[in-house]
Amino acid sequence: MPYPRSAPRTLFEKVWDQHVVASRDDGPDLLFIDRHLVHEGSHHAFAKLREKGLPVARPDLTFGVADHYVPTRNRSGGLADAGVRRMVDQLSENARAHGIRLFGLDDPRQGIVHVVGPEQGLTLPGLTIVCGDSHTSTHGAFGAMAFGIGASDVAHVLATQTLWQKRPRRMRIAFEGELMPGVGAKDMALSWIARLGADGARGHAIEYAGSAVRALSMEGRLTLCNLSIEGGGRLGMIAPDETTIRYLEGRPFAPTGDLFARAAEDWLALASDGSAAFDREIVLAAGEIAPVVTWGTSPEDALPITGETPDPGRMADEGRAAHAREALAYMGLVPGRPLTEIAVDRVFIGSCTNSRIEDLRAAAAVLAGRKARVPGLVSPGSSLVKRQAEEEGLDRIFVEAGLEWVESGCSMCVGMNGDIVAPGERCASTTNRNFKGRQGPGARTHLMSPAMVAAAAIEGRLADARPYLEGRI
Amino acid sequence: MEPFRRLEAIACPLPLASVDTDQIIPARFMKTPRSEGYGRFLLHDLRHDAEGRPTGALSLDDPTRAGARILVARRNFGAGSSREAAVYALVDYGIRCVIAPSFGDIFAANAANNGLLPAAVAEEDAERLLLALESGLAGLVVDLEAERIEGAGEAIAFSVDPVVRTKLLNGWDDLDLTLSRADAIAAFTAADAERRPWARPRG
Ligand code: SF4
Repeated sequence: MPYPRSAPRTLFEKVWDQHVVASRDDGPDLLFIDRHLVHEGSHHAFAKLREKGLPVARPDLTFGVADHYVPTRNRSGGLADAGVRRMVDQLSENARAHGIRLFGLDDPRQGIVHVVGPEQGLTLPGLTIVCGDSHTSTHGAFGAMAFGIGASDVAHVLATQTLWQKRPRRMRIAFEGELMPGVGAKDMALSWIARLGADGARGHAIEYAGSAVRALSMEGRLTLCNLSIEGGGRLGMIAPDETTIRYLEGRPFAPTGDLFARAAEDWLALASDGSAAFDREIVLAAGEIAPVVTWGTSPEDALPITGETPDPGRMADEGRAAHAREALAYMGLVPGRPLTEIAVDRVFIGSCTNSRIEDLRAAAAVLAGRKARVPGLVSPGSSLVKRQAEEEGLDRIFVEAGLEWVESGCSMCVGMNGDIVAPGERCASTTNRNFKGRQGPGARTHLMSPAMVAAAAIEGRLADARPYLEGRI
Repeated sequence: MEPFRRLEAIACPLPLASVDTDQIIPARFMKTPRSEGYGRFLLHDLRHDAEGRPTGALSLDDPTRAGARILVARRNFGAGSSREAAVYALVDYGIRCVIAPSFGDIFAANAANNGLLPAAVAEEDAERLLLALESGLAGLVVDLEAERIEGAGEAIAFSVDPVVRTKLLNGWDDLDLTLSRADAIAAFTAADAERRPWARPRG
């Protein structure tokens, strides 16, 4: 036995312990990194490596994906914007120079890094996965320990395939019971963040558990883990089970045959021991969760669609009231009005949060045979998701509703490629951040699920998707 | 990296909560090579109007606070993205310490890697510092060895991750430390291949 198995351990502790290369007296462990994903934004780290004259230690464990800056239209004609082109070219050059496999602009497997990883079977249970992007927490859906890192740490991993980390505290968020129809993982995530705050899980590794989590598909689990960082969590994980294993079988980079069987056995053993202790435990009733939308400029500013904009005048805490006042002003909203009165200018369906095939199906279920009152963009999570959606005819539903069906990339989630929301415009969006200016300077973002964005498109204002889903799910 | 021990400098109040990384540096500036400097992007959209003219809305642009090296903000500073560019913007501007009740985890790690101290104080103490600065106090003293902030009446204790503290006090760079452990990494890799033969990507 390479590891002493004395005390009961959580999923997180088991994975952590398996990756400790060395420990320092003052606390941090040197962790081995199984997968390192890089994108256009990793250029600072490559520059650092060059400065130090160091090679990439493990190009075989490093994968590049072009997503943050890629255009979502007219790709074949060459990239018009010189700045964007430089970012995409730089990634290709760095990948070539260091022998890193790249899912580049023209690769049929290209897509958003956190969609491509799982889709290709690069993401496996029990792995450590890092990427210079905070939503790396997404991969935790498989029971991997996955987290975002900054450029200095990206350079460190490139050079050594390891990272010094202090062990975060353990937290379990359990969703017990059954979700109502039309309610999904995005609503679960925004609900706990609204309850605990955008820094509610700071310093913690979250394990999502409970019957409602077990019942989620891999797509739903990816959405739930994706938003861990929006509640301040260092990472989010879900114990691997049959759903996980079924998803992974036959994925291009996943093990096959006997090795897969051996792996599956190891993966199932990762689940938290029954008596394992957590530093913090939260239990939420899944059945009480309604479709959620955000009204402000932090993901914690979230409320059920049946609610009203908050009134800062009635908040006891001065800091919170100040934030609410400021957020309402930025969003152009007044206190105490029904959320369903908020008119939107456009919609966006995409991002690593909600752009997988199930997300597109949910939005299409609402939109089929209906028309959008406002313009909008639908950007699938990967080029493979795009192809599958087209095979299922989902693209036609979006186009017939009046929305634009475009290529895959980060797109309007972060606006780096030029897909932005105009100043003062209001966007119903499936993304993960409603920060000021996130979708462009002065842009106003309301976060919600794909079905809710579809409903907002139809009504031209925030709307409850449930009536539109009746008889369709 | 230059060691950080005691910093006596002009401080700017930033009485905002959840100043996220998208506000510290909007995404559109991140195509710029670092060598060109990121200081001019710091909190850009909070400091400029739609036409790019400075609004003077933040104390950073108050001429009497020119040369500030300390920033005091409300809770959850640096929430959001892993973009180290947020730290570059602060550091290139001249800031060496941000004082706030709490910080985004990744931001705090990035800060430490660039010699920027994230000093966490109690919520009341942050309010007290903000009030003192907004009432005319010009500067503060941040003593990392003593984990204390002086200059606004009674000294205020702050906390910082002990690992970050050691790193900043010594001006250490993780990479040099790790490269000296190449043997341990090689030994781990060999044993791990036996233990988890499935962990290598196929193909
Ligand atoms: S879609 Fe948005 S959140 Fe996801 S990786 Fe891209 S920029 Fe980050």
